[in-house]
Amino acid sequence: MDLKDLYQDLIVDHNRRPRNFRRMPDANRVAEGFNPLCGDKLTLYLKLDGGTISDVSFEGSGCAISVASASLLTERLKGATVEEAEALFADMIPLLTGKLPENAPREHFRKLAALEGVKEYPSRVKCASLSWHTLEAALKNAGQPVTTE
Amino acid sequence: MSVAEKLIALDPLALRADFPILAERIHSKPLAYLDNAATAQKPQAVIDAVTEYYTHMNANVHRGVHQLSERATAAYEGAREKLARFVNAASPREVVFTRGTTEAINLVAQSFVRPKLKPGDEVLVSTMEHHSNIVPWQLVCEQTGAKLVAAPINERGELLLDEFEKLINERTRFIGIVHVSNALGTVNPVRKIIDMAHARGIAVLVDGAQAVPHARVDVQVLDADFYALSGHKMYAPTGIGALIAKAEHLEAMPPWQGGGEMIRMVRFDRSIWNDIPHKFEAGTPNIAGAAGLGAAIDYLEAVGMDRIAAYEAELLDWATRRLEQVAGLRIVGTARDKAGVISFMLDGVHPHDIGTIVDTHGVAIRTGHHCAMPVMEFFNVPATARASIAFYNTREDIERLAAALEDCRRMLA
Ligand SMILES: Cc1ncc(COP(=O)(O)O)c(C=O)c1O
Repeated sequence: MDLKDLYQDLIVDHNRRPRNFRRMPDANRVAEGFNPLCGDKLTLYLKLDGGTISDVSFEGSGCAISVASASLLTERLKGATVEEAEALFADMIPLLTGKLPENAPREHFRKLAALEGVKEYPSRVKCASLSWHTLEAALKNAGQPVTTE
Repeated sequence: MSVAEKLIALDPLALRADFPILAERIHSKPLAYLDNAATAQKPQAVIDAVTEYYTHMNANVHRGVHQLSERATAAYEGAREKLARFVNAASPREVVFTRGTTEAINLVAQSFVRPKLKPGDEVLVSTMEHHSNIVPWQLVCEQTGAKLVAAPINERGELLLDEFEKLINERTRFIGIVHVSNALGTVNPVRKIIDMAHARGIAVLVDGAQAVPHARVDVQVLDADFYALSGHKMYAPTGIGALIAKAEHLEAMPPWQGGGEMIRMVRFDRSIWNDIPHKFEAGTPNIAGAAGLGAAIDYLEAVGMDRIAAYEAELLDWATRRLEQVAGLRIVGTARDKAGVISFMLDGVHPHDIGTIVDTHGVAIRTGHHCAMPVMEFFNVPATARASIAFYNTREDIERLAAALEDCRRMLA
């Protein structure tokens, strides 16, 4: 187990300088995520234009993994279709928990692949998955805050 | 303890050898176990007592006339006597075995406090309580229409005693207070609080989970109505703990759970309860856990609680000064009277990342809200990192934590 697999340069960079880190007053989908175990809290904002995510941003506080994961998520999903986002969500959780088959396609993860290192750290998987569960809630427009518990 | 013994300081290196788990390697590094407030490690004597119980004594208690049942009963009741002596309860009848502190507090909430509460009544606790001394009171308040009131603390994490006293009024029916805070290390003036409460005829429960492992506790000197503790934090197995309570209260309280053990006679029209403390011990208890607890008490008494307290105080002091030298480190909880715990924040590194990074150095600490979310809210932090010490910790453990924290800063800050 090498800590460098978890805290890759890309993750450290996105933690220090989170992308799309702002409130979005004209968002049409908003969801809150909370990880009671470590106190991570985030709000995810989406602007849906038909079937396309024309803008996405987040706010909140959390550990390096959860902040980097949210930041990478926003970068990856800006301009994506809802369908693509749903498909990514379905693949992200197996990626983070080490359940993605060896031969499964991985190209579509792009930079998100850097998060795969958490699979060696079971107590940290929830940090990386929080933003994705929050995305799912925003897409479904469930009013309840999501928690990782 | 003789004067000569007192002068011989505790030797942590010799005592470490009694704890087999301290020889574990974590990520190929020696273990520096600094999460003692979560649970303490077990000496070989405790592990042996549990094995010995299952190897030579296992039977149900108070039920058989056969030899094994008598051995099991002797081990179980023997542990009760040891614990009564250890905390100076007036009698073993004042020791009710529970699963731990949490269950002891729930027992008092439901059996002693609930029947007394009416809408508008108040239960008073402090802001620095563990969730286990908050939520059971919320439950009884919901059940009765009473109100839970939390007394404030200051920036050092100390209880504001004057404010506490002002919050005691004619509606106050019960007081719960933590002896030593697990999140901040603060030692509360529980004797003063109990005096204040008794002057107004109010009974008090002390949450002693973090106090009993670190200093001599005398429930009669404190005059505590109820004192709750957990075996696993005092080097005994998990799943065993106790409620120490004044006999007059236990006699007056209705049973909490019903079942075997807690009755003298059962008929369908009515049953007669067993004597205290058995009235509160429904079902087959954790006999092996009690045997382990008895062995832990023997161990602690052999080491000497006064020596433990003196050694830990000195190590805490040294560790505080050492950790303050780590750039960007800020200690949360700086009470003048403190025990065992250093909660801290590290600039630019979230506590959760600290936990993971120091773990790869073989250093075990706790990160999170420590089951004390109102404390986190008061200090306006999402979580803290917490190092908590035991008598088997050394300055080297602290040095290794400090070095690991420097690594956190290099990686993430
Ligand atoms: C101050 C305090 N009170 C209560 C508890 C609860 O103890 P247990 O979980 O053993 O019931 C703890 C342990 O975490 C504690 O530190």
